[in-house]
Amino acid sequence: MKNEWPLWEVFIRGQHGMSHRHVGSLHAPDAEMAIKNGRDVYTRRNEGLSIWVVESNHIAASSPSDKGPLYEPSESKVYRHPTFFDIPDEVGAM
Amino acid sequence: MYAQMVQSTGKGVKSSEDMTPEERAFQARIDAGEKIEPKDWMPPAYRKNLIRQIGQHAHSEIVGQLPEGNWITRAPTLERKAILLAKVQDEAGHGLYLYCAAETLGVSRDDLTEMLLDGRMKYSSIFNYPTLNWSDIGAVGWLVDGAAIINQVPLQRTSFGPYARAMVRVCKEESFHARQGFDAIRKMADGTPAQKRMAQDSLNRLWFPALMMFGPPDKDSPHSAQSMAWKIKMNTNDELRQKFVDQTVPQIEFLGLDLPDSGIQWNEEHGHYDYTDPDWSEFFDVLKGNGPCNVDRLAARNKAWDDGKWVRDGLMAHAKKKAAAKVAAE
Amino acid sequence: MSTPLKRDEAFLQFLLRMGDNTLILGHRVSEWCGHAPVLEEDIALANTALDLIGQTQFWLGLAGEVQGEGKSADDIAFLRDVWDFRNLLLVEVPNGDFGHTLMRQFLFDAWHSIQLGRLLKSSDARVAAIAEKTAKEVAYHLERSADTVVGLGDGSEESRRRMQEALDYLWPYVGEMFQSDDVDAAMVAAGIAPDPASLRDEYDALISRVLAGATLTIPDSRFGHKGGRTGKMHTEHLGHLLTQMQWLQRAYPGANW
Ligand SMILES: [Fe+2]
Ligand SMILES: [Fe+2]
Ligand SMILES: [Fe+2]
Repeated sequence: MKNEWPLWEVFIRGQHGMSHRHVGSLHAPDAEMAIKNGRDVYTRRNEGLSIWVVESNHIAASSPSDKGPLYEPSESKVYRHPTFFDIPDEVGAM
Repeated sequence: MYAQMVQSTGKGVKSSEDMTPEERAFQARIDAGEKIEPKDWMPPAYRKNLIRQIGQHAHSEIVGQLPEGNWITRAPTLERKAILLAKVQDEAGHGLYLYCAAETLGVSRDDLTEMLLDGRMKYSSIFNYPTLNWSDIGAVGWLVDGAAIINQVPLQRTSFGPYARAMVRVCKEESFHARQGFDAIRKMADGTPAQKRMAQDSLNRLWFPALMMFGPPDKDSPHSAQSMAWKIKMNTNDELRQKFVDQTVPQIEFLGLDLPDSGIQWNEEHGHYDYTDPDWSEFFDVLKGNGPCNVDRLAARNKAWDDGKWVRDGLMAHAKKKAAAKVAAE
Repeated sequence: MSTPLKRDEAFLQFLLRMGDNTLILGHRVSEWCGHAPVLEEDIALANTALDLIGQTQFWLGLAGEVQGEGKSADDIAFLRDVWDFRNLLLVEVPNGDFGHTLMRQFLFDAWHSIQLGRLLKSSDARVAAIAEKTAKEVAYHLERSADTVVGLGDGSEESRRRMQEALDYLWPYVGEMFQSDDVDAAMVAAGIAPDPASLRDEYDALISRVLAGATLTIPDSRFGHKGGRTGKMHTEHLGHLLTQMQWLQRAYPGANW
């Protein structure tokens, strides 16, 4: 029996007063879990943000147009940033 | 690369005259650098190829969690453990973004997953090699993610919008992956004699498998032309492999490690490093399922999927109950 | 009864109890990476483990400071043997199935969030600062584990059965969280930390509400295993966990990683 979790579209508003932006999709059994999953997958827990989720099949679309993904690495996990690692200039691009 | 042997369904590239008007308009949009979006018309073969390619790519990210995950519980410091866990978690995220991109083409994630689990779909050969010492964690980030970046940076310009957007997000994270890997192996190369020995061992073992990531030599890749015309493949296998060698050899020298291939030599005339080809018979063996870890990798993914069924079903059953209760209350 | 504990010795024990809980549980949760039932849960569990590892660095870092022997958080994590660990037995039991893992997480998160709430008012500014930094993370852990316990408890027949089994198995490890000894007495006297027994009512209210929502039955018995937080008697599982976790540091002493 197919029992796949539905697909949700995730929209996030960051701290800077911008509108919610589409950041991607995910699967979840219901809206509450979709919000939690959105937080875990697409924000890595930044404070002060707001998440909207919409079940994908409820979205009516003209032609898909999608701004670039919002990318907000967590503030406390500095090692997620490439610049955390001190790579000597001689080593070249990485 | 992560989609090494995607069998193109096209029968070679059609000439403009042989195309239907729709196909011609489609190709013109791609040639003009426009993005194709899910609801746009596309040739069935384009859709089919993309599903295979994005699906393989997604599977590679997920199976790719396993060799590195193998060391999470043995990481030598709290910081290394956190870095490695965050890195492997990112790979799960990459798989997730890519499955979502594939889903816009009309295939479900569960269907793709089942095709991976029963062997109908492939994943990158590299993840069928084991991680045997801690330095492998450095080498995987440095070499494997390094090779992946070389392949994935151009894919940010691929013609299919959702795929290109997923690759933008992925590429941002991959730079962290390669750098943490280099940082880890550098500590080993600069460390005690035992650590240095581990570093050399990882490089020697993973070098040729890393070269194989770019796929067979161009002369043996008959399906590339259509994919390149459709801009779902941006460079040839050999171009990217050469780029990887040229970028990596000076890094090996910086680390003070011995070159893993006695054939590596600067070629003044070509302005590139010469290198020895990997053993392609080994590559095809691995693709056929005979790599050192194929069986274990698929078994681990199958176990996670089977053991997780009651969880997925249980949470879905709860969601349905809640929804029904809500309707009843209204 | 031996002589009363010196304040610093008791403080060190308290910090080890906090840090060893997060260290061992973080390790257990990290074992799921790549093996969870669904990608979203895989990512969420990794976030929890990452938080716990970060919290370990705070607690064991401070423990090293208080101890005053120049030891780092890593020295403390990787170079002690079983009898020096001060974590609750609850966090060292094996993961079991996903239901056991989430039930263990919920039973721990509920205690952890109440404990951190009290530690916000600690007389020691460093403890209060760590509580401040970590309480929000743990509030989210609790929200997530509680929701999942409810979802699986009140889910399918099979998921309900498995969650009840998990609760029955883990319940005897709950009581240890509320046992008080002379270390706790010294912490209460110094205003550093609350008496563990004083958290029980709030804890019972919280878990009763959630477990009722999950349609699960809390076992009658109040029997509790003990010995983790005092170090007197761990389970056999901890030694195996440490052989993995400490392997590189033990096999190649003095190396930089
Ligand atoms: Fe990746
Ligand atoms: Fe990767
Ligand atoms: Fe990566």
